[in-house]
Amino acid sequence: MEDEILKVEHLNKFYDNWQALHDINFSLKKGEVLTLLGPSGSGKSTLLRTLNGLEDYKDGTIYFQENKIDPTPKNWQLLRQKIGMVFQSYELFPNLTVIENVLLAPVKVQKRNENEVRKEVEDLLARVGLSYYLNAYPRELSGGQKQRVAIVRALAMKPEVMLLDEITASLDPEMVRGIEEIVEKLSKQDHMTMIIVTHQMNFAERIADEVLFLENGKILEDTPGAEFFKKPQTKRAKEFLESMDF
Amino acid sequence: MAWSIMQQALPIFARAFGLTLRLSLIGIVGSMIVGVIVSLVQYFKVPVLSQILTAYVELARNTPLLIQLFFLYYAFPVFGLKMSAEVCGIVGLIFLGGAYMAEGFTGGFNGVSLSQINSGKALGMSPFQLARYVVFPQGFALSMPALTANVVFLIKETSIFSVIAIPELTNTALDLIGMYYRSNEYLFMLVVAYAIILIPIILFLAWLERRVRYGAFGN
Amino acid sequence: MVHSGINVLFEGSNFARLMAGLWTSIWIAAISLVIGLALGTIFGILRTLPNKFVRFILRLYLEFFRIVPTIVLLYLVYYILPRTFHVNWPATWMAVLAFALWVAAEFSDIVRGAIESVPKSQRESGLALGLSKIQLFRYVLLPQAVKLELPATINLATRVIKTTSLLMVISIMEVINVGQQIIEANNQQYPTGVFWVYGLIFIFYFVLDYPLSAWAKKLTKER
Repeated sequence: MEDEILKVEHLNKFYDNWQALHDINFSLKKGEVLTLLGPSGSGKSTLLRTLNGLEDYKDGTIYFQENKIDPTPKNWQLLRQKIGMVFQSYELFPNLTVIENVLLAPVKVQKRNENEVRKEVEDLLARVGLSYYLNAYPRELSGGQKQRVAIVRALAMKPEVMLLDEITASLDPEMVRGIEEIVEKLSKQDHMTMIIVTHQMNFAERIADEVLFLENGKILEDTPGAEFFKKPQTKRAKEFLESMDF
Repeated sequence: MAWSIMQQALPIFARAFGLTLRLSLIGIVGSMIVGVIVSLVQYFKVPVLSQILTAYVELARNTPLLIQLFFLYYAFPVFGLKMSAEVCGIVGLIFLGGAYMAEGFTGGFNGVSLSQINSGKALGMSPFQLARYVVFPQGFALSMPALTANVVFLIKETSIFSVIAIPELTNTALDLIGMYYRSNEYLFMLVVAYAIILIPIILFLAWLERRVRYGAFGN
Repeated sequence: MVHSGINVLFEGSNFARLMAGLWTSIWIAAISLVIGLALGTIFGILRTLPNKFVRFILRLYLEFFRIVPTIVLLYLVYYILPRTFHVNWPATWMAVLAFALWVAAEFSDIVRGAIESVPKSQRESGLALGLSKIQLFRYVLLPQAVKLELPATINLATRVIKTTSLLMVISIMEVINVGQQIIEANNQQYPTGVFWVYGLIFIFYFVLDYPLSAWAKKLTKER
């Protein structure tokens, strides 16, 4: 049997009277990359944030490694150590250096041995080309460098799955490629399980094993990546792809 | 204005100057301590206690120090609680200043952006860890402008101690005016004395504010 | 006993006298605010103009009020005007003068800050429409600044109200002075009267200030 990392069943999400997510169902296997596509406001980010417990939900069930999540704050706090998340706006802690940002969660939250972790994260930072910036503050880094640190910060917890929320959307175009390569390596070399929200269609096409196409909070299409970009099933998805730059 | 009159009054002013400084220092340190405690209780929403302290903050902030002092100095002894004027002054200043400082800290904590808090949560932090590593360090930096304004405010408020006859600067100047009827000289000395205290402090606090801000946010 | 002491408030015309004293405090605060805000607006606008000399003088003016405690300001006006300048105004006028100048100083800084925080692009797009300098202030900068400065202005008003408590020191018959007279006159009969009178005045101030500061807080939160 294949390892199932995440499964979502009949998820509905409301803001007061407005329904942001309608009956969401999908599952994610170990090593799989799921890409959420759709126009702005279609609920992609809301869905991603819900999977990290940053948005609450009343209706529906989320399973993590085949266990039903009881969505209490305490449970989410523990689960987040296994579900890494990277944000569009980096959100490094401005009062901490690069290495302090990265060490914080493994050492203080996971209570792992600092020297051990330091070795690991120095390797990770070297992989993304930041060996010289261990003691720099976020303010001294470019957007692309900050986002590399944010990725490493999430990886340092050794998560089972990574959620990437439009992580290249705030970057200058010339920085985008470097970040995409890091994510592709994570998938191809490390077989990291990921859910990615992006507006970069080329990138999505290269990396997506499976595509969820959302509009108005509904999943219109759940198609393997190779198929989606060649022959989308729905008219809306076709129009969406035609409107995007490749 | 006559310089000789001012010269003669110098030792008396020097003593009052020292007293104003001492009372200000005790008041500021005390207010900071009360302010930190109150804002922590409010941040962690400790049941009952946090509601009581919110009431305290509103009462202290929305009433004048003068009437607070009159209450301590004239009304408390009716119930057998008699304190010296100086103790009343310090207690009153800390009562007032603690509320202002609490508001300053709380404003800073509330100013930490939701996205920073979410990114802390996404790292699996507990509410306590979130406070310790994200909210407090950034919130403290954000509260600096309010805190430094409060420091200057509290020093100036010590002038109101004159109404319960604490021989600080303002009270001393008034005494001298009453005795010698030379208002220009003594008022001039009074203003200069406050300038000597406040100008360096204002400059120092502005520098400190920039340093803390840069340390936390890099701008 | 404490419980009988409360009657001191209703003995004779005591309560009416306290209310009259409170009214004195309120109208001095109100007039000072009106004059001070008007003057402060002018000073604030002047401080955003390029003339370095005017800006320097107004900055000096602000810093003076930042350093001198309000109670000292009252004494300055109270002693220096009659003795040195032979101006023999009633104490209430002198109080209004001191308060208005103080409010003007504080408000000038609020106005300057608010005008300067209107985005530069707003100023430029106004000029691009061919607005004159005065039109730019009248139609673009001031309306936006007013919105930005409202919470700080309300807070300033609460401070002015609280500061009226200091008027007693220049023997204006405001609420605290009236209260003291009542306490002294009834000391024999109501030894605990002091508690009730100051308690009532404490509540008066709270009732005046709390709604204003709550309003300012709400406005700040809505941003």
